[in-house]
Amino acid sequence: MSVDLLPRPNPRAPLIASGLIAVSVVLLAIGSYIGLFHAPPEHFMGDVQRIMYVHVPTAWTAMLVLVVAFVCAIAFLFSQRWKWDAWLEASIEVGVLLALLLCVQGSIWAKPTWGVWWDWDPRLTSTAVLCFAFLGVLALRRFVEDPLKRATWSAVATIIAAADVPIVYMSVKWWNSLHQTQSTPQTVASSMVTPLRINAFGILFLAAGFLVLRSHLAQRRLAGELAPPLPERAEAHVQPTLGGAS
Amino acid sequence: MSQLVAALRKDLLLSWRSRAQAAAVVVFGATALLLLSFAVGPNAAALRQLAGGFLWVALLFSSTLALAESFRAETEQKGMEGLLLLPANPVSLFYGKALANWLQLMLMGMGLLPVLIVLYDPDLGRLWELCGILLLGTAGLSAPGTLYAGMAAQVRAQQVLLPLLLFPLVVPVLLAAVKASSLLLLGDPMGQAGSWALLLLAFNGIYWPLCGLLFGTVIEE
Repeated sequence: MSVDLLPRPNPRAPLIASGLIAVSVVLLAIGSYIGLFHAPPEHFMGDVQRIMYVHVPTAWTAMLVLVVAFVCAIAFLFSQRWKWDAWLEASIEVGVLLALLLCVQGSIWAKPTWGVWWDWDPRLTSTAVLCFAFLGVLALRRFVEDPLKRATWSAVATIIAAADVPIVYMSVKWWNSLHQTQSTPQTVASSMVTPLRINAFGILFLAAGFLVLRSHLAQRRLAGELAPPLPERAEAHVQPTLGGAS
Repeated sequence: MSQLVAALRKDLLLSWRSRAQAAAVVVFGATALLLLSFAVGPNAAALRQLAGGFLWVALLFSSTLALAESFRAETEQKGMEGLLLLPANPVSLFYGKALANWLQLMLMGMGLLPVLIVLYDPDLGRLWELCGILLLGTAGLSAPGTLYAGMAAQVRAQQVLLPLLLFPLVVPVLLAAVKASSLLLLGDPMGQAGSWALLLLAFNGIYWPLCGLLFGTVIEE
């Protein structure tokens, strides 16, 4: 396997990322304002339901970002280009962050609504399993120093973890449905759709901004790792004690 | 195919020669079963209820020890490089090792069954079907387990990395195997054990080919 293309970080990436994040802040502010003050409270759950305006967009974006990770993993294995490795690292990190946020928001909602922080609902359990599976991939990246091995292995682990997601969901659903069925009516009134949509784009832009920024960082680090050492630095490294004498 | 048989023979021979190690892993599993019963307390009815779950948790914990051990010969003396230079096909190497691990895990499960019977007193009316679930469940552990052990063997902190990667992945295996075993041990009025066995079969059907396909990229230098 030969990877001869050095990563070329785009110098304008931080600017693009700041732009995306700025747009997302504006969108989230508008969406949350409408969601908190203009949308009607839900009939049964009252104001607690308003967490939906961040919870549902987080869920959508988390799934989307993890799909991006899966695509990057396949793209790296086929094309062997470093930029896919950088994007893989970024998308797994952002995806895990969003999935963790999703669990936290879900718990905040579940405590007043169901009376418990945690329930073995299929979606909740699958999200938690997903979190741990991708945290494992992040840990793998930390433990492997060789950039090529790290990239290949994490791509393999990402593909394997992603293939597990539908199986986990089906098995947990099946497992739980033998005890109880959690009814979750997903009918949303039109007055609630506007803030939901605005926030969905807000979180999407936020995640996109993070992805651009994080993959830029990963590419810069990779460029440093892959660049041949400078001659004088290499000498200084071999003979640190003789550095002053020469 | 002949390469696969040779690889399988090599791995079985290696595990046979270090059988004391395998026996120690079974003892570890038995200790885990004993400790798990302390977590519940001396309540015979509750223990009988939980027997299926405890069997699989003990098996899962001991499987990481067995799987991590399975790549020692390949990493210690750079044996994997030698095998690849022969040249051996990575796919046959994977299936040889995965089959050997499967057999070993299967025997471990069989070794834990008597301990389970003594400690938890489950109803063993459907022992053969339980062995079938053991067969399917250990197969589900061994395919991704062998792939991840191959990665973890080459890294520092392999003791942490293997369970970290493997445990979330095999949640469906654990769920299905526990559910099916519990149904077989406690009675299955609705005949659901079969559908859990099907889920195990589906998991194996996905991961045995997928891991074999990906193993080549993992060990390539």
